[in-house]
Amino acid sequence: MCLAVPVKIVSVSGDEAETEIGGVRRKVSIAFTPEVKVGDYVLLHTGYAIGVVDEAEAEETLKLLEEIASLSEVH
Amino acid sequence: MKFIDEYQDSKLVKGLAHQISQRSTKPVRLMEFCGGHTHAILRYGIRQLLPKTVEMRSGPGCPVCVTANADLDRAIALAHLPEVIITTFGDMIRVPGSYSSLQQAKAEGADVRIVYSTLDAVGMAMANPGKSVVFIGIGFETTAPTIAASILKARQDKVENFHVMALNKLTPPVMRALLDSGETKLDGIVCPGHVSVIIGSYPYEFIPRDYGVACVVSGFEPLDILLCIDKLVEQIEKGEPKVQIAYPRGVKPEGNMKARQLMDEVFEIGEADWRGIGVVPQSGLKIRGKYEQFDADKVFPVSMKPPREPGGCRCGDVIRGVATPLECRLFRKICTPERPVGPCMVSSEGACAAFYQYETPDDLRSS
Repeated sequence: MCLAVPVKIVSVSGDEAETEIGGVRRKVSIAFTPEVKVGDYVLLHTGYAIGVVDEAEAEETLKLLEEIASLSEVH
Repeated sequence: MKFIDEYQDSKLVKGLAHQISQRSTKPVRLMEFCGGHTHAILRYGIRQLLPKTVEMRSGPGCPVCVTANADLDRAIALAHLPEVIITTFGDMIRVPGSYSSLQQAKAEGADVRIVYSTLDAVGMAMANPGKSVVFIGIGFETTAPTIAASILKARQDKVENFHVMALNKLTPPVMRALLDSGETKLDGIVCPGHVSVIIGSYPYEFIPRDYGVACVVSGFEPLDILLCIDKLVEQIEKGEPKVQIAYPRGVKPEGNMKARQLMDEVFEIGEADWRGIGVVPQSGLKIRGKYEQFDADKVFPVSMKPPREPGGCRCGDVIRGVATPLECRLFRKICTPERPVGPCMVSSEGACAAFYQYETPDDLRSS
């Protein structure tokens, strides 16, 4: 029920946006994320963008995970 | 796919699993609140990656599972009204109520339809002006804003035949109820990622403060969940429980203000009846008086027979984290996804369905 997937904003029109994931396009409501721009990724839940994916944070997390993996190789 | 595949990297998974094993010295019991987490933990074999010291318990975060039979019975009764079209999310239709299910009602001629979004339900009301479309509004804080938005949309577009049965439930109050009951001793909670996209992480602050239980918000990919468990174990080992976010690409401490504003506009907080837990004060959302024309319970009052629970089903114990599905004597023998006895076997987020699908029984495991 609380499933949400990251989809890319392709175009914005009023409180709706066209999104794309894996070649599939869908119109979604951006009533909760009016700040989104084309190229942003949003978390899509039952037809609504409930949040914008923070790309800088996403990279930070991956960096942290890579550091942990390299530490475990050393030991 | 971006923001999914990179959080499933097996090399990084091994590194993180190794770090957790190194870190963990004392036995801990963690609860994953969300059914989506339960499903991911079993699907990716995360239990098998964890050291023996880390025990995972499923929690009540499956909206279909925690819907009380009394509420389900009311939805089924509405389905039988000739002027009503029931709209609902897919899982709900097969859940057995006290005497029937929405699926059975449909087989008997009731108009019950599955929708993907609340906006589809509003669209269905516009397309069927001679009927009343009732949306069964289940879900936690992730879904509640979308239901609020549908009511606001119906008001704006003057869709007078759209109604909602408001059964939305709130996460932090039921966490408090579980911790107060003391039935299951917990050291840490894997907090729900997409609930937290809306509410943020501040509403969990009372948990480490009042109960000494660690809280970390998690995403849904295997690396997200392992990172969350790593942070929980670290907090517990240090004896410093607090609230952390291990899903910062999705969750901000303050949550999504806009979604919460819309939710507050339409709903007020009231008590809610949870299957297996009972009535929990301040844990549900009710439609405010100014929107009562959209409140299905106000528009279609129905009188009901008292609800009853299926004999032998331990769904309630599974929801509270008191038992695992493997401890239910009906599991896999009488209760299966084809013939579910309780909702935890019906919903794709139910712990019993996840265990059934992914967990090899001990007697089948090759030695």
